Amino acid sequence: MRRVPWAPLALVAALLVPAAGSRFYTFVANDVVIWALFATSLNLLVGYSGLVSFGHAAYFGIGAYTTGLLMKKAALPFLLAFPAAGVLAGAFALLFGVFCVRLTRIYFAMLTLAFAQFLYTVAYKWRDLTGGSDGIACVPKTALFWGGPSLATPRAFYFVVAVSLIGVNVRRYELAAFVLAGAFAGLAGGLFGIFNRGVFPDFAYWTKSSEVLIMTLLGGMGTFYGPTVGALALILLNQQITSYTEYWPFVLGSILVALLFGFPGGLAGAAIVLWARARGRLRSA
Amino acid sequence: MPDPSFVFAQSISGLTAAMFLFLIASGLSLIFGVLRVLNFAHGTFYMLGAYAAYQLVQWLGVGPGRFWLAALGAAAAVAALGGLIERVLFRHLYGKEELYQLLFTYALVLVLSDSAKMVWGTQQKSVSRPPELTGSFSVFGATIPSYNLLILLLGPAIALAFWFVLQRTRVGRFIRAAALDRETLGALGVNVSALYTWVFVLASFLGGLGGALISPMRATTPGMDTEVIVEAFVVVVIGGLGSFWGTFLGALIYGQVLSFGILLFPRFSIFAVFALMAAVLIVRPWGLLGRPLR
Repeated sequence: MRRVPWAPLALVAALLVPAAGSRFYTFVANDVVIWALFATSLNLLVGYSGLVSFGHAAYFGIGAYTTGLLMKKAALPFLLAFPAAGVLAGAFALLFGVFCVRLTRIYFAMLTLAFAQFLYTVAYKWRDLTGGSDGIACVPKTALFWGGPSLATPRAFYFVVAVSLIGVNVRRYELAAFVLAGAFAGLAGGLFGIFNRGVFPDFAYWTKSSEVLIMTLLGGMGTFYGPTVGALALILLNQQITSYTEYWPFVLGSILVALLFGFPGGLAGAAIVLWARARGRLRSA
Repeated sequence: MPDPSFVFAQSISGLTAAMFLFLIASGLSLIFGVLRVLNFAHGTFYMLGAYAAYQLVQWLGVGPGRFWLAALGAAAAVAALGGLIERVLFRHLYGKEELYQLLFTYALVLVLSDSAKMVWGTQQKSVSRPPELTGSFSVFGATIPSYNLLILLLGPAIALAFWFVLQRTRVGRFIRAAALDRETLGALGVNVSALYTWVFVLASFLGGLGGALISPMRATTPGMDTEVIVEAFVVVVIGGLGSFWGTFLGALIYGQVLSFGILLFPRFSIFAVFALMAAVLIVRPWGLLGRPLR
């Protein structure tokens, strides 16, 4: 198969968004890229090691709180607070991963969910540190390397590209995949907290985990760009739908059912099938 | 040293919680035992049981015996829903990967809990205690509502009835056989497909009944489904997934640790439960009374 240089092309395209689009599109692109990073991190687990985490938002939340607290309370610059999100989320993933991966593969799905709900409860109740349900409002946005939303796009994309390199090598090491997936989810969370200008307990809530899981499945698990496609599709859909209905989880669940019964390979899987069919037709013609 | 009546009251409240956890977790364990699938939607069936009980109480009104009628009706309605979902949708996924079945039950959580929100809104709903049980008893200086006392009697009774169904009835024998070897059971001429539906009906009934019975004690709110499914998971992890008495033991331990954990970590009693679960996973990853799988 010919190799198309997708990574540089995608990077150039992403860099062009702020130049070509309006402020609104830059905002949307930011949202998409952060979620794409989050979904790609989950795909490290699902796609490459076959482990489906139902509590991936835990690491997203840890990353968001880490960056948010370090920037707001410790007044650290972004350049220090952002990597810390990945490191701490990775450390927690290591701690939980020992239980989830090593000991009991059969319990994996429910342990990931249980640990995430545990962290959510802690974020909700530990008011002194996390601010409870009020969260951490007004995370400063002006620190180093954060001129505007436009800078987040190439940076996050840089990490998305980095995951691709690592992702290939971790195939066989489940715990390593778990830790890396957690660390990158933490980075996504760190970015999202700043982008959102606030960090709240529901960053770690199970509905966030389900959103990222469905993005990954919608795009196509196991394919590298699948989660990015899924993130793009789901965020655009969300923006259309939330103006009509508040029942977003219902829509998400229905999408998931449709995927399971109709397109198990997701959008990427469907595209591959269509492509193969088109090529077959061309050849036979 | 806390005073004895306080300790007594705490242990009773732990026991009451354990009875509910057992009802929920045993249904979860049953479906896992036979179908080898973790049913994420089981907590949602519990929540629907609570909402259905609220709705039926609204329709039937308050009066002697009415609550029990509503609770049974709610459990039956949830059981019917569980059976219907298995018949119409879930069975088409049996031939596919386990992951798809798991994801399907997860999709059910999203769809059903949002549907409940559409019907009953986000405001919490409360059901008043049945009029014959509004009083309370004073035991060892602790005040225990008579409804809670009844739950303490009802819990073991339901556990025994369930155990009896599994051990002594024809369906129960088939269910236990299916947990061990479903191919052979099918080859022996048992209608395995119908059996799966019955397993779903029975498990959903237990979940719905748990929700209906808890509705006079705790407010029914959206989000109670994920809360309880996580609790039920922890119970089966501690006790051993697929083990009947393990689930019972796990629920008893969970209840006590939760109600006495409050003394150690006032705001984070859940931490004590998770510490216990972690300890069990290190020492006996298959649970206290479970068997190592594969």
